[in-house]
Amino acid sequence: MKWENWVGLLGLALITVGHYQGLFVAPPEAMMGDVGRILYAHVPTAWVALVVYLVAFVAAVGSLGTGRRGWDAMVESAVEVGVVLNLLLLFQGAVWAKPTWGVFWTWDPRLTTTAIMAVSFIGVLVLRAMLTRPAQRAVASAVYTIFAFVSVPVVYFSVKWWKTLHQPFSSPETVDSPMVTPLRVAAFGMLFLAVFFMARRWRLAYAKLSREDEAPDLPPAAAAIQLEGGGS
Amino acid sequence: MILSGPGLVRQIVAVIQKDLLVEWRGQARLLAMGTYAVTLLLLFSFAVGPDTKTLQQHAAGYVWLALLSASTMTLTQSFRIETEAGALEALLMLPVDHRAIYFGKALANTALLVALALLITPVAAVLFDLSAAEGLQWLLPPIVLGAAGLAGPGTLYAALTARVAAQQLMLPLLLFPLIVPALVAAVKSTSLVLQGDPMGQMSSWLIVLASFDLIFWSLSGLLFAKVVEE
Repeated sequence: MKWENWVGLLGLALITVGHYQGLFVAPPEAMMGDVGRILYAHVPTAWVALVVYLVAFVAAVGSLGTGRRGWDAMVESAVEVGVVLNLLLLFQGAVWAKPTWGVFWTWDPRLTTTAIMAVSFIGVLVLRAMLTRPAQRAVASAVYTIFAFVSVPVVYFSVKWWKTLHQPFSSPETVDSPMVTPLRVAAFGMLFLAVFFMARRWRLAYAKLSREDEAPDLPPAAAAIQLEGGGS
Repeated sequence: MILSGPGLVRQIVAVIQKDLLVEWRGQARLLAMGTYAVTLLLLFSFAVGPDTKTLQQHAAGYVWLALLSASTMTLTQSFRIETEAGALEALLMLPVDHRAIYFGKALANTALLVALALLITPVAAVLFDLSAAEGLQWLLPPIVLGAAGLAGPGTLYAALTARVAAQQLMLPLLLFPLIVPALVAAVKSTSLVLQGDPMGQMSSWLIVLASFDLIFWSLSGLLFAKVVEE
């Protein structure tokens, strides 16, 4: 079995334990009651999404610096996993916001930044789908990934200032000690699962990119013929 | 990188002159862009309704949305002309620092956007009844810094998407999420000029704009060579 499958299984186990503790063992949240238990899913998703985007940023720098296919495949896999986590995060946030704040959406800096982050990184995926020349696609998506990542804090602070001129905002972020353990366990579970998905996705991307390089600028049918003939 | 020949600044000036000359020779296009931006201003008032008070309050936002929308046209154009007949390849073969090409083009795009802003701001003043506002010369800093905020990353993205078939779609899709901070700061500071600034917030918003410009112009200058050399 490939190493990432073990990591994935471990992640699944940790998530199960963490959520069991979070749902049945930990006390209900003081202000929100049982609704607050979504914390154990929501906060790890947020943390891990940021970690995965950081991986995408590092891979983009590596891809620009070396031009190696492995880094480019890493950009593709990390951005894709990051976008999935990001959309999941927005969805969980809306589900949590409705019963606690009374609305699905507010123009809080963190929410706004998360939404803009999702749109930015979806842009990377669209860009990759639009460009067909491998070298051009690698450079373009690496450059855009770097921009998207750098813009996250800039967007956050600008929206924060834009918002604070209207009203201060309080968020349910105080976490008591019996809630810390399940939160940590669930977070590591989420992280291991993300590593599992990224590794799987990387293998797929790498195989695809390798095949492209063997048959550059040829239509798929011609490429298939060339591969059957032994390749070059 | 370049051993002899004109320095970086003179190269940048040459690229600006080239780009502005090309734009000037296509005056019909410039006219179309201005008309497009003015039409957008008209449409905003139709969408919101003829309530002067509301229109006055949101005037800065409408001006910047019109500029943002029109900016995608200047930006896509600035690299479309280069993809025709291998112009960009020829330009890259000249003994010109690639940073000069980026900064020249970005400055030319900034100049075009500033000109467009100067054209539509008086129109907005008439349409949204901004006659009460004073010190309109103070609109210049937000306009120049805001235009630079759109043109800086916009020029790099135009280069990135120059060979994409759906560039008209891709450029805004990539650019708009990134320039949110510039838009927020530009609209805020413009609005402070139009609506008055009792709290003295103007300078902090201009600092936000200037820092945004600094970050993304340097990053673009660094990465541009990679994008065009590929």
